[in-house]
Amino acid sequence: MTESVVGSGGELVLFWIIGPLMVVAALALLFARKPVHAAVGLIFVMIGMAFLYTALEAPFLGVAQVVVYTGAIMILFVFVLMLVGVDAADSVAETIKGQRWIAVALGAGLVAVLAGVVLTANLPPAAGLEEANTMTNPVGVAYEIFGSTVFALELVGVLLITAALGAITLTHKERLSAIRDQKATVRLRQRAYARGEGSQVLTPAPAPGVYALHNAADVPALDPEGNPIDISVPRVLRIRGQELAPADVDGHVAQIASGTFVQPVAPPVTDVRESHENEGGER
Amino acid sequence: MSLMHYLVLSGILFTIGAVTVLVRRNAILAFMGVELMLNSCNLALVAFSRVHGTLTGQVMAFYVMVVAAAEVVVGLAIIVSIYRARRTVSVDEPSLLRN
Repeated sequence: MTESVVGSGGELVLFWIIGPLMVVAALALLFARKPVHAAVGLIFVMIGMAFLYTALEAPFLGVAQVVVYTGAIMILFVFVLMLVGVDAADSVAETIKGQRWIAVALGAGLVAVLAGVVLTANLPPAAGLEEANTMTNPVGVAYEIFGSTVFALELVGVLLITAALGAITLTHKERLSAIRDQKATVRLRQRAYARGEGSQVLTPAPAPGVYALHNAADVPALDPEGNPIDISVPRVLRIRGQELAPADVDGHVAQIASGTFVQPVAPPVTDVRESHENEGGER
Repeated sequence: MSLMHYLVLSGILFTIGAVTVLVRRNAILAFMGVELMLNSCNLALVAFSRVHGTLTGQVMAFYVMVVAAAEVVVGLAIIVSIYRARRTVSVDEPSLLRN
């Protein structure tokens, strides 16, 4: 193994702080139950990568890494995660038997091969980039990109436009039926009601909550007899089973639900005009 | 410091990404594994750029970044359209061509 030493001791410290943290964050991809946690881990890895680029005398790439990867790509990932449902849990059932262990074995083999190659490689002594970065790193990279690889740059431009168009085409949804306006929606609703399907009432469903006592969205409204009205709770909460029974709510709502509520006696009303006159007299 | 450090870190991250692609069933997670592999390759390219004292490796890493951005856009669009059609993001479910 040839040592290709360059850089300062501070860089070594930086590497040994960031490197292990990056590996731990990357392991979140393998072990996190929720995709969002894995995404956060990957964002951490990418920011750490930007640090390392800067330490490797490539500040332009460090900035581009933050802008492109953390700023654009990971936001896109998180956005799609939100779109397809954050709760979409990963199924743990194996389709191919023993696939996980085969994958881990392959990974261990890959580490062994890569480590063997890296540790036995006969690298030239590291040259460092002081000379190449004399005009500052971004300028040097720009000379390289727009000088010797300008054709590749134009190809990449074509690729980007094609990718954007492809994404638009892939996610474009053809409208199969006419847009339903308010009138048509009401008609459909009335017909469903006449058939005995759909909503139980023609009017909008009653609002959740017992006003003046409890107005959270997960508490059903009470009808005049004190029974809960299920359709008043939003459908999503009902499906998720997050609806509360009135008896679970503390205070007056539970008392109403159990029939033990006693209407408090109102304090005797004093004559308003009289009290006003008194106030005036005091002034 | 030895630039070997960076190459070893790059290899470890590449392996984690590869195992993620092989193990995880969620298409988005598998895709994140691909991103991690691309990133670790970039790290190796930048480290080699420093070994050789030229900026070519950095330019290659730059192109990898741009192509990765294009690839992510198309890949996520495919995942979204599959999700719309089949209501799943698992890589096992869409097996219409099996029989």
